[in-house]
Amino acid sequence: MTDQKKPVLRAAGIDKFFAGAIALDQVDLTLFPGEVHALLGENGAGKSTLIKCITGAYHRDGGTIRLGDTEIDPRGPEESQALGIGTVYQEVNLLQNMTVADNLFLGWQPMRAGMVDRRQMNRRAQDILAEYGLHVDPSLLLSSYSIAIQQVVAIARAVELSGKVLILDEPTASLDRDEIDLLFSVVRELTARGMAVVFITHFLDQVFEIADRATVLRNGRVVGTRKLAEVTQGDIVELMLGRHLEAAKRDRSHATPGDTILSLKGYGKRGMIEPFDLELRAGEVVGLAGLLGSGRTETCKVVFGAVTADQGSAELRGKEIRLTSPRGAVEHRFGLCPEDRKIDGIVGDLSVRENIVLSLQARQGWTRPLSRARINELVDEYVRLLDIRLASPDMPIRLLSGGNQQKALLARWLATNPDVLILDEPTRGIDVGAHAEIIELIEGLREQGMALIVASSEMEELVAYSTRVMVLRDRRQVRELTGDEITTDRIVKAISQEETAA
Amino acid sequence: MMRSPRLPLYITLATFLLAYAICASQYPSMLSTRVIANLLTDNAFLGITAVGMTFVILSGGIDLSVGSVIAFSGVFLAVILRDTSIHPLVAFALLLGITIAFGAAIGSIIHYLEMPPFIVTLAGMFLMRGLAYVLSTDSVPITHEFYDTLQGIYWKAPSGGRFRLIGGIMILCYVVAMLVLHRTRFGQNVYALGGNAATARLMGVPIARTTIGIYAIAGGLAGLAGIVYSIYTSAGYSLSTVGVELDAIAAVVIGGTLLTGGSGFVAGTFLGILIMGLIQTYIVFDGTLSSWWTKIVIGGLLFAFIMLQKALGWATTTRRRPALEFATRS
Repeated sequence: MTDQKKPVLRAAGIDKFFAGAIALDQVDLTLFPGEVHALLGENGAGKSTLIKCITGAYHRDGGTIRLGDTEIDPRGPEESQALGIGTVYQEVNLLQNMTVADNLFLGWQPMRAGMVDRRQMNRRAQDILAEYGLHVDPSLLLSSYSIAIQQVVAIARAVELSGKVLILDEPTASLDRDEIDLLFSVVRELTARGMAVVFITHFLDQVFEIADRATVLRNGRVVGTRKLAEVTQGDIVELMLGRHLEAAKRDRSHATPGDTILSLKGYGKRGMIEPFDLELRAGEVVGLAGLLGSGRTETCKVVFGAVTADQGSAELRGKEIRLTSPRGAVEHRFGLCPEDRKIDGIVGDLSVRENIVLSLQARQGWTRPLSRARINELVDEYVRLLDIRLASPDMPIRLLSGGNQQKALLARWLATNPDVLILDEPTRGIDVGAHAEIIELIEGLREQGMALIVASSEMEELVAYSTRVMVLRDRRQVRELTGDEITTDRIVKAISQEETAA
Repeated sequence: MMRSPRLPLYITLATFLLAYAICASQYPSMLSTRVIANLLTDNAFLGITAVGMTFVILSGGIDLSVGSVIAFSGVFLAVILRDTSIHPLVAFALLLGITIAFGAAIGSIIHYLEMPPFIVTLAGMFLMRGLAYVLSTDSVPITHEFYDTLQGIYWKAPSGGRFRLIGGIMILCYVVAMLVLHRTRFGQNVYALGGNAATARLMGVPIARTTIGIYAIAGGLAGLAGIVYSIYTSAGYSLSTVGVELDAIAAVVIGGTLLTGGSGFVAGTFLGILIMGLIQTYIVFDGTLSSWWTKIVIGGLLFAFIMLQKALGWATTTRRRPALEFATRS
């Protein structure tokens, strides 16, 4: 087994301090050749910090890194790459404007008589990619291929340049199932050649599918390294959280919805979402279920007025309204947490404080600024209420972890005290702990009598908090499930039954 | 349908051929080698400037200082040849040294102070124009027998066109630039920088060296354009070549290079220069049109090419091939 082999990389006692805070405390990580080693932990547990210390992107404050038999001290990603440690990030760090071969060979192009030998470069690129089971034309632009293929090109480049250790930082986040299979077959190919692969992800299923061992970090400390063949997902989650994640309990005793708040009839927008009916009552969570591209996000946008509906009518508390812009929607006390918080949600360079009061201030208008005291009071309240973990409300929001950014965004809308809150994928890209907290929060808001629309790709999550589930397929509402009908099985069936009928 | 990065180049080529065909159908004499030779001679200094501009724009930057550098070069040469007895070749070397250093300094400021190229080269533009005024506010004639020798070098085509030295220098610049951009690591780094500077850094592209090199090349080529311009006009005048940087940018864009950087060809720039020259020649042949029509047509062409870039951008984002078409899995 792997234990008898000599480790290819051994990081021991890594310390890292940030302005008084301990980010890593005596962290050990050992990689054996031919293994896939998952690095797990909640957001902010220190996974990225550890990787950055190993690749030299950060200067570590203590500890040693041994690669093979030699102690190394890389001062930057280029140096660690030259030593044999390659890194591939979630966002493909390649050049879209250059060809596949250019990307593979940038900086180490084959030369002949002082000139780049393009013919040889293309031929070698083809050979290299063929080893990964990829038959592409390397003389075409990288941007003409999908993210998965770009990801493989990035891996191929990292392997060619490094060849000992490959670090994959959330490589599967934006891939679909088939593409993940492609990526995993590449990873297996590499481990068969004796490379050590570090795999960082939020998807536990994938960890169990591909990884041999896992090291779990919590609050900057290693809480355990496990052979995955010997443990269950529950064990790993327990290690990550340090507590049992309470099984999502369904308690519908409170599910006595109040008055109808929003009523949409034949509401739709050509080319985005077919007309649908939606009755939204106070104290109700309507889940939007469906596959990627089924119209979940589109529904959210149409209801919020970010995209103006071209058919149907909307009534708010019995009065006809027209939702033509987000601004109008905010005036009607609507709130929307969009799917892509980095693009549509947070304003990265503004402070957490400013991000939280943004919508409230926008609704008040700039002529009536919120007082400093009121702002502080609001921000403190929501930071406490939502348990947003931050050093200071004055820090730029982009420095927060994904889960905390999401909570700050929620705080932004909660501060406006909305009647209708629309959440599009509120738990995407955040860790298990924050995940559970957000689900709890949704429950809490419902109990207070808010009406929520939540779109999510995670069925269990929808089952946990929805009072009703609207199933979407091909941009059409195909089924509405209520009460005890709401189970993962029923949702899946509702999506697939339609498939056989079609 | 895949987008080839060469598509804009082909469109530029088609535009040029179409324009030339229209011109030739109205004035058959425009097909003569004389017209072609003059096209090269008259646009030599602009063409050389545009080579440097292509490097800069490909890297995602812009250089507004080149017009002023040309004017400075002309005045510098005229004054130094009037007031001292040094040989023009020495003066040329001196000038190229100054303009390359100037470009390198601009590149260093852009890189190390992380300033936008627009502002830094705007400062450079005022600086060089001012220096030209300080040297002389009058037009200074150049009367050196070596200049007469240079102006006398030409190759006479059988049908009478005189291909002069400065046109040859321009073509040489394009050939060398093509080799540098496509067949050296430096050239590939220029494209990488224009594609995405942050990514290029992560991929190990020496950003500092490349940025400084690019602006040094632009400065040096502007200096060379200044030499060519002084040979062309036999004078140095601080008020000359105002706005040449904008003509050069126009030529680069009409040549199919993306203004945001990362995509384009120096051959396209050459065609852009020829198209602009052709319009001017047509107006001269016509005789009744105001020369301002040149500007109007160039403006229209620029709009058309900007639209084209936008349209091609959309085409690439919507037509991406799915992954599995290419993968074979065991």
